[in-house]
Amino acid sequence: MKLQRNRIIVAMSVGVLLGIGSQAVAQELRVQCYSDGNECEVTGDIAKRFEAANPGIKVVIDKVPYKAVVEQLPVQLAAGEGPDIGRVTDLGGLNKYYLDLTPYLGAARVKYWQDNLASTLSWFRSPEEKAAGKGIYGLMSQLTVTGGFVNKTLFEQANIPLPPATATWDDWMAAAKKVADATKTPFAMAMDRSGHRFAPLAVAYGAKIFDDKGKPIMDEGYKTAAKKFIDWHKNGLMPKEVWGGVGGSQYRDAFDEFVNGRVVMYYSGSWQVRRMSSQASKAFDWAVIPAPCGPAACTAMPGGAAYVAFKRTKNPAAAAKFLDFLAGDAVYAELMAKTENIPAHLGVAKAGVNYDVSPAAKTALNTFVADVPKIAKANYELQGYGLNRAVFLPTAQRLGQAVAGELSADDAIARLAADMDEQVKGAAK
Amino acid sequence: MNKAARTPWYFLTPNLVIFGVFTFLPIVINFYYAFTGGVQLYPQDRPYVGWDNMATLLDCKNYWDVSTCRKDLFWRAVWNTAYFSVLQVVLMILFSLITALVLNRKIIGRGFWRGVFFYPVLLSPVVVSLIWKWILQRDGLLNAIVVAIGGEPVLWLGEPEWAFFWVTFVSIWSQMGFYTLILLSGLQAIPADLYEAAQMDRASPWRTLWRITLPLLMPNMIVVGVLGAIRAVQTFDNVFVLTGGGPGSATMFVVQYIYQTAFQEQIRLYGIAAAGSLLLALALIVLTLLQLRVTKAESAGERAK
Repeated sequence: MKLQRNRIIVAMSVGVLLGIGSQAVAQELRVQCYSDGNECEVTGDIAKRFEAANPGIKVVIDKVPYKAVVEQLPVQLAAGEGPDIGRVTDLGGLNKYYLDLTPYLGAARVKYWQDNLASTLSWFRSPEEKAAGKGIYGLMSQLTVTGGFVNKTLFEQANIPLPPATATWDDWMAAAKKVADATKTPFAMAMDRSGHRFAPLAVAYGAKIFDDKGKPIMDEGYKTAAKKFIDWHKNGLMPKEVWGGVGGSQYRDAFDEFVNGRVVMYYSGSWQVRRMSSQASKAFDWAVIPAPCGPAACTAMPGGAAYVAFKRTKNPAAAAKFLDFLAGDAVYAELMAKTENIPAHLGVAKAGVNYDVSPAAKTALNTFVADVPKIAKANYELQGYGLNRAVFLPTAQRLGQAVAGELSADDAIARLAADMDEQVKGAAK
Repeated sequence: MNKAARTPWYFLTPNLVIFGVFTFLPIVINFYYAFTGGVQLYPQDRPYVGWDNMATLLDCKNYWDVSTCRKDLFWRAVWNTAYFSVLQVVLMILFSLITALVLNRKIIGRGFWRGVFFYPVLLSPVVVSLIWKWILQRDGLLNAIVVAIGGEPVLWLGEPEWAFFWVTFVSIWSQMGFYTLILLSGLQAIPADLYEAAQMDRASPWRTLWRITLPLLMPNMIVVGVLGAIRAVQTFDNVFVLTGGGPGSATMFVVQYIYQTAFQEQIRLYGIAAAGSLLLALALIVLTLLQLRVTKAESAGERAK
């Protein structure tokens, strides 16, 4: 009896130890994720399938607000903390914390990434790595393109046709103004308070963004666009509260202004299509317009969010395996279809994504896709520039001050140039 | 050290450790950051720059004209903070005093009204700001009322003057209950026989207020003034949620500038932010010394009487 009891105790002890052992073997991947729509939920569903296919790896999705990714994650990473994988938008700026996936992927998969994702791989790299074309750091889970949305119902009510694809920003503004006047809509246009959104306007009006040495500059094109933009606010064409209503370099979108019918046209980007479908479609017909033009270009700004693994992870192989799983043809296509995003994956883009969305949303997404080849080199370079927020944030800050009436257009531009210069110098120290 | 001498340390040590780690150590680190430059987070990676950060912040041709300052936003924040602190503290003392005087009288539902005035103090500053933001935004409650009575909607948070007014108003509204309570306790500590004597002498209510209530309430008012000033200088969370420092930089205060410089920008200039913190600390030290001096003078006056 006693012997049997001892055996049971031994068996239980072994069982417990094995349990502990198997727990120790299990690798946990913490994925910090922010969401514009349902990206984290869809990634979570895919992660469950990944876990089933890879016993021993557990993926935990930690959903956080966008502000946490922008403000807290860099500090966490600088302190040697943070998640194993993150969904980030500061693609080049966090380069020093990224895990290079190359050693974990194997030759065939490296080729697959290079063949299918080459156009965005450089966005994650440092300037030296860009020159050498080395390093696989992240997967664009959301390739975005900026663009304009118009309230088609208001255009129809005003009996004013939509301007053609070659229309300039001024043409669009003039048309939107006519519609606003005819329909008693308070404003013609609104733009998200973001230097990223301002960049296509600047490049359209001739901004080169960088000098020959690759340093950001405040050239005549940028100044022309900035003055035009400030004037539009002064003339009451754009609502003052979006850019002038908040302080600092804070982001503020103008989605509510558009959905509530307070503006005829809204300049934002492809990530808003899902929200438009669910919210604006109930109230009015809307459409995405082709990239507005300027004397220099008809352009948009690329961007988006990407999953990257961080060097600090204790499970680099598992992190690389998960990102590679997400990058697979079928999984990536599913991710794009369910999140209603534009693919950055060449193979998936060629095959086409089967979006299960309304006709308006499908047309909108196709218009954004059609804008991709028009994107100017300067906009691509700016997106891939590691310190691009040294351009974006002071733009929001200083133009916001000018819109609020605190600075003249010339002073705002002078301060903006000084801020950019100081930030770039500060980063070099 | 005998057992009796050691005993207090058993109680003090946990608190000292907490203060040491979370208050004194950050102060020391802040000094280090203020005299180092670059964007690196780890102290050992940061180059020593001496007084450069201070010099950058203080680089101004004319301190009254912020456009001549190298760090114009810092000086806008400084002047906004100074203006806000004076305005808010003066109005806070005034409204708290009036409220305390009313609540000290035998009015119907006195307990209820005391609760009503104290209630906002119990709310989180973020909640207070969000509620007021909903009221004050373009399509908010206040504009709905304005439109209903035939007016035009006003950008309460979009016009610099209005935004500053509402930031001050909301700040007073949310904190007034606490200061009212301090003044109320002071009022209740004034001996009733003084008022009876004044009544017998047929002193007018105004004279009673001026000659009895206010002098005897002065110590409490000084406490309210100094606590209010210190809190006003540190203002951040409620204003950040309500206006984000805007429009432009009309409601940007020093703490927000420090936060923005250290944590919001991509290029995080911790040294500049730390130097700004030291200058802010200097202002707070001056205010505290002022309080000590005034309190000391009051006590000396009391003793002389």
